[in-house]
Amino acid sequence: MIYPSHSKYALREIEVELEKIIFNLIKKASTQLPDDTERALRKAYEQETNQIAKLQLKTILDNIEIARRKELPICQDTGTLIFFVDVGIDFPYKHEIRNSIYKAVEIATNVIPLRPNCVDPFTDKNTGNLGEKIPWIEWNLIEGKDCKITLLPKGAGSENCSALEMFNPSDGMEKIEDFVVNHIVECNGKPCPPVIVGMGIGGGADIAMKLAKRSLLRPVGERSKNKTIADLEERLLKRINETGIGPMGLGGKTTALDVHIEYASRHPASFPVALSIQCWANRRASVIIKENGDIEWI
Amino acid sequence: MDLKTPLSERDVRRLKVGDVIYLSGIIFTSRDKAHSRVVHDNETLPIDAKGLAVYHCGPIVRKDGKRWNIISAGPTTSSRLEDMESDFIRSTGIRMIIGKGGMGERTTKACMEYGVVYCSFTGGASLIGADCIKRVVDVFWLDMGIPEAVWVFEVSRFGPLVVSIDSKGNNLYEDVKRRARTQV
Repeated sequence: MIYPSHSKYALREIEVELEKIIFNLIKKASTQLPDDTERALRKAYEQETNQIAKLQLKTILDNIEIARRKELPICQDTGTLIFFVDVGIDFPYKHEIRNSIYKAVEIATNVIPLRPNCVDPFTDKNTGNLGEKIPWIEWNLIEGKDCKITLLPKGAGSENCSALEMFNPSDGMEKIEDFVVNHIVECNGKPCPPVIVGMGIGGGADIAMKLAKRSLLRPVGERSKNKTIADLEERLLKRINETGIGPMGLGGKTTALDVHIEYASRHPASFPVALSIQCWANRRASVIIKENGDIEWI
Repeated sequence: MDLKTPLSERDVRRLKVGDVIYLSGIIFTSRDKAHSRVVHDNETLPIDAKGLAVYHCGPIVRKDGKRWNIISAGPTTSSRLEDMESDFIRSTGIRMIIGKGGMGERTTKACMEYGVVYCSFTGGASLIGADCIKRVVDVFWLDMGIPEAVWVFEVSRFGPLVVSIDSKGNNLYEDVKRRARTQV
């Protein structure tokens, strides 16, 4: 229950409630792999015939099980914490969200625990999980009175495999498809395959990159609602898996669990294509906080 | 196959790409900063690493009283250390590298020359890794931060580890990549 009054005392109580919710969000995201991803990994395990690949997938599935049972982080790289906040224009506790996130991150770092993953680029000092502009909050103002918070903890192994290419509009889709498949081949085992490939097309360099990352929030197995895009997702997934890079880059049938594409209109003279790669530990969790303080986990 | 540290050159030269092993004994972590301290700053590694395995890992640890507990300890991406690993091998006398994602030509050559193997531990398998760690023997260079410090672990049947670069010049990652390129 969130207390609806805005007196000074109650404000702290609202923050405490929000902190608890966000703490639980961080814990869920760090320790429980979404069902869609686990299902896809299990399917990959069942289909695999290469013994080394099968051993990788078995180890992954065992690790997921231990994480769930012991409520511990799936991977020691608990990532850079990126919060996507879709806040209703009439959500009554807008002011408290930012501080509650910071406080919850601080508590979660000690309690779950998370690895201290914030390093100042100039002094090299590790500041825990709170640092300059980190955790990153991606604000999105929406209609209504609810607030949806999604956490995507992003590990560095996969993040270091991000890519951006500014194509010429005349290059054509075939060249873009080759770029994606080639990139996954050259990344090989580095991003911890089987990966989820997030692809952002259009907008501009920054917009394409943001779309690529945002596409990772979509569940594994869910196709774009746009038929052309959905077909491209299917085609790329098939081609990536035909490369045989396999789990951990050691060879095998499943290199990617899915390809997700989001797009924006492009400038007539520009064709940006961005890739955000997610490791098999596709950690994400969402919660909706209602105006009356009720919460819904999704 | 079960192996125990310290590893001899003979132990290692017998291994070939694709072998699956479980390692017991002493291993120590070293990643970007510790490698750089040894290779670029010419500092001596605070432990005698001859015959041991270096683990590319930045763990999550918790200190309960005086005791360090390893919560989560999977491998990190080894390729970041590619420029330093051959010199690290030469100056420390290690016999095994444990990491993920593979390493390049320079490391492969050093593995041949000095009798070292690179073993892949499943990326993200951090809790399986932590379960295999029986004890924190020591920790050095904590000034670099917890993930970057040199942690010395006693491990029991650490694995499964897949030999992916052997001491005969074979590199499983390069083989897989070469085949993949023909499929694009």
